[in-house]
Amino acid sequence: MLQLQKVSLEIQGDIDFEILKNINLEFHEKKIYVVTGPNGGGKSSLAKTIMGVYNPTSGQILLDGIDITAKNITDRARLGIGYAFQSPPRFKGIKVKELLKMAASHNPEKVNICDLLYDVGLCAQDYLNRDVDTSLSGGEMKRIEIATVLARNLKVAVFDEPEAGIDLWSFQKLAETFKNIHSKYDTTIILISHQERIMELADEIIIMSNGTVSAQSERDIILAGIMNNDSCTCSAKCVKGVGQNAECVG
Amino acid sequence: MLNALDKLMLEKVADLHEIPQGAFNIRKNGAGVQRNTTANIDIVTKEDKSGIDVIIKPYTKGESVHIPVIVTEENINDVVYNTFEVGEYSDVLIVAGCGIHNSGHHKSQHDGIHTFFVRKGAKLKYVEKHYGQGDGNGERVLNPKTIIEVEEGAVVELELIQIKGIDQTKRDTEIRLMDNAKLVVTERLLTYQDQEAESNITVELSGVDSSAQIISRSVAQDDSKQTFYFDLIGRNKGRGHIQCDAIIMHNAQVLSTPRISAHHSEAQLVHEAAIGRIESEQLIKLMSLGFSEQEAEDTILNGFLK
Repeated sequence: MLQLQKVSLEIQGDIDFEILKNINLEFHEKKIYVVTGPNGGGKSSLAKTIMGVYNPTSGQILLDGIDITAKNITDRARLGIGYAFQSPPRFKGIKVKELLKMAASHNPEKVNICDLLYDVGLCAQDYLNRDVDTSLSGGEMKRIEIATVLARNLKVAVFDEPEAGIDLWSFQKLAETFKNIHSKYDTTIILISHQERIMELADEIIIMSNGTVSAQSERDIILAGIMNNDSCTCSAKCVKGVGQNAECVG
Repeated sequence: MLNALDKLMLEKVADLHEIPQGAFNIRKNGAGVQRNTTANIDIVTKEDKSGIDVIIKPYTKGESVHIPVIVTEENINDVVYNTFEVGEYSDVLIVAGCGIHNSGHHKSQHDGIHTFFVRKGAKLKYVEKHYGQGDGNGERVLNPKTIIEVEEGAVVELELIQIKGIDQTKRDTEIRLMDNAKLVVTERLLTYQDQEAESNITVELSGVDSSAQIISRSVAQDDSKQTFYFDLIGRNKGRGHIQCDAIIMHNAQVLSTPRISAHHSEAQLVHEAAIGRIESEQLIKLMSLGFSEQEAEDTILNGFLK
């Protein structure tokens, strides 16, 4: 179980800016959480703070009751935290299969690299020997990035906008893959996403805005709330809460 | 005749664990020590100067020639002129590494001047690896010069690798491509401490529809210095692409000077060059897979120089 207690993150510059403000969250085993909310609300910063890329200015992060706030990225990875980048880095001279083998190297279970690629909608034969460099498209990189996290035996897996740049067919495959992990393993899955279809996978949805958690509840309650949200961006008066066929009036 | 140190050097520069199969010529401390020829590949000592002629008969397929040079003493200044005649429609591998073990305080130097004639329709893969070791403060210096004439329809693949232990190197490579000839050059270079390396590659696209691709990757660490000059000249309809990437670390310096010049309206020449440090995102990615920072850095550099 992962807990964030009064976690704040401040970026210091000409003007100090608080990205995360006094965040209190609890993530339980075998549950899927979707973190959503407007751009710049602190979602990716939250993910990076969990992985140890950012060190909180104050507050504590606990994994299974142990304080990991002072631990670096490597230590947290070895304790079972994983993170799939929103914009994954590329590596010249490293092949897809080599990167996936590196990812699986600390996993006590035998991992089939080809199955991993299949799970993210890529044909193993076409990709195993390709370099993880600019020859791969954004969508391909994104899927390989997700596969590196799936390769690991994790307590907490954080995926930052996993659906970005992924085509419709692969999206379906990906959704199934998240469901499979959910049913087979005890991993806590945290998905940062704006996609309704990703939200449908969630046990709980967390809404972040302005660096704070503005809502956290079971999926259906939050989804219903989003559908009835008064802050609709429609320029005209809008008939709200009637699903996808809502019509603008006036 | 070859001791354990010699064998280690051979392994480093030519991936040889045993005496090689096929044609070979092993040169140690300025003199030939062992040679083998085959029915298709002859090796003859030059009479007018130090060096050998390697003559590969036309249509020789799937054979290799190893010509490693090892220097295990200090105060050696070895200059050698080797000429390679790669016969028409042959398909061969030539491995020419140089390993220096200098435990002394005086300089050891080997300058290999290699001239290749790759005849019509032939395929040549040429690998040159440089390696140095030794505890002494005697400098290990290698100054290779490679000249390659690639005739009509011939294909040349060049691998130039210097990963460890050479204090000073100045590498000159000049290649001329005739009609439909194809060239791929892969250069890998690592320098550290106060090593200095200079690599000059000139490629002339002389024939119609010739093509050249030069991929250079280097890592400069500590106080080392690297200088690159790439010169791609399009004299006819053809395509040429230079891609050079350097990772710079610590107090190192990298100077890269590209030049592309076209003398024909259908010459297409491209140059891409980048110098930069290891991206922090790359380190973070590998650390998030459980690698330490040092392991992540080593993995990135090993991949880059592969």
